[in-house]
Amino acid sequence: MGTDLAHARAEAHERANSVPLDAINLTDTALWASDSVLPYFERLRHEDPVHYHPSGQHPGGAYWSVTRFHDIVAVDSDHNNFSSSPNITLDDDFAPGFIAMDPPKHDVQRKAVTPSVSPGRLRDLEPLIRSRMQKCLDDLPVGEPFDWVDKVSIELTGQMLATLFDFPFEDRRKLTYWSDMISADPTSPLYTPDNWQAEFQAVMDEAYSVFIELWNERADAEPRDDLISMMAHSPAMKDMSPEEYLGNLMLLIVGGNDTTRNSMTGSVYAMHRFPEQRAKLDRDAALLPSMISETIRWQTPLAYMRRTATGDVELGGKTIREGDKVAMWYLSGNRDETVIDRPNDYLIDRPNARRHLSFGFGIHRCVGNRLAELQLKILWEEIATRFPEIVVTAEPERVPNSFVRGYTSMQVVIPRRL
Amino acid sequence: MTKIIFVEHDDTVHTIEAEDGVSVMEAAKNNDVPGIDADCFGACACATCHVYVDPAWFERTGERSAMENDMLEIAEGVEANSRLACQIMIDASLDGLTVRMPESQH
Repeated sequence: MGTDLAHARAEAHERANSVPLDAINLTDTALWASDSVLPYFERLRHEDPVHYHPSGQHPGGAYWSVTRFHDIVAVDSDHNNFSSSPNITLDDDFAPGFIAMDPPKHDVQRKAVTPSVSPGRLRDLEPLIRSRMQKCLDDLPVGEPFDWVDKVSIELTGQMLATLFDFPFEDRRKLTYWSDMISADPTSPLYTPDNWQAEFQAVMDEAYSVFIELWNERADAEPRDDLISMMAHSPAMKDMSPEEYLGNLMLLIVGGNDTTRNSMTGSVYAMHRFPEQRAKLDRDAALLPSMISETIRWQTPLAYMRRTATGDVELGGKTIREGDKVAMWYLSGNRDETVIDRPNDYLIDRPNARRHLSFGFGIHRCVGNRLAELQLKILWEEIATRFPEIVVTAEPERVPNSFVRGYTSMQVVIPRRL
Repeated sequence: MTKIIFVEHDDTVHTIEAEDGVSVMEAAKNNDVPGIDADCFGACACATCHVYVDPAWFERTGERSAMENDMLEIAEGVEANSRLACQIMIDASLDGLTVRMPESQH
């Protein structure tokens, strides 16, 4: 770690431990842009693990933060007391499909799209994913700097999404754009100040006009194995309202885009920060599965999921009232030192590396988790045979967002090929 | 000790002697039986220890809880004899219990 980075981290730690607890504002996007939020979570885990944030911090109003691993598992697996409706982020503006529903409707809609990531489907997709990754990596420049996020992470996840939706391949960056806009904070540079709602609506309108055409085309054709066709032919989904269709599309796009994209970038960044781990992987390729899980833990590409209490409920000695919003901070649980040893370190041979919160637990557990792992596995199999080192030349630029924990750009140089 | 027989998707058989009082999931993990992930460590919160119980044994493994049913709702390839191995506690009455693993855990 460079001295600048070490210095910034020490300062963040100092600040996090000196402010009054009530002043801790976890959704301050500046903390995420500067990657200085972790010490605040550490403090809350120790001093107030179920913490109340008064209104005035997040535009959506007051909420609770749950920061310890076991408390998060308890909330996540208790969908009777903690509803996913009306939304799974702290704002209520837009309900992203079945992830923001409760049983029984959640279950039937989720089941309708699950075949898109079934074991058989993944087996069929693997050669295609591999050949695309080989081409993408073979095209990378050697000896000159480039943006890993744009050239690799966005490109590969965009291609994957286009295939899953059978979306026009040449327009795949639209999927990335829509995903970025829907998950962006209203204060993000992607939006004009004071006009974000109109701009957001324009993006949704554009997405809808493209997707409704695809829907009509698929509904009129024989069922196929892409997501749009699956929805259009599913008894549980074929009569969805436009809002619900759009919500489900955005769920599947964000779920397939922000997550894997940022884990792909995070894996390269982590290997740069902990180069001895790359040496370990080069010595023992059998560590790849645990390296993938460790990457997903260490990155935690979705930092939290929100629930809403359906009645008064006790948690960690606090009484959460009916209707209260509860943020389960997966990022914090994944750094809980009582469950995960040396949690800030990236250790690819961790015992029980699969034990992390990034996919969530309970009935809303990530439906695409195996596809995410498969993409990361193939990416690293192909990196390992090509590039002995990927040098990150500057600290990556991060997304100013407390929900998506990710990177907007990361400059790298590949010094040589094998 | 109680004998438990795990059959992988490719028919590879693992016969182990398990301590009473642990779950079938823990018995598999303690004995390095592949094919059971158990991402949530037995919290009945992930469905990655899904097994098919030999029909002759199914009733003796007990009733599924509401939570187990909910989690099986999101598992892949669920059948009438599906259980989560973390929810089956081993005792002497299960000596010879046979479970099969699915192709992969989802």
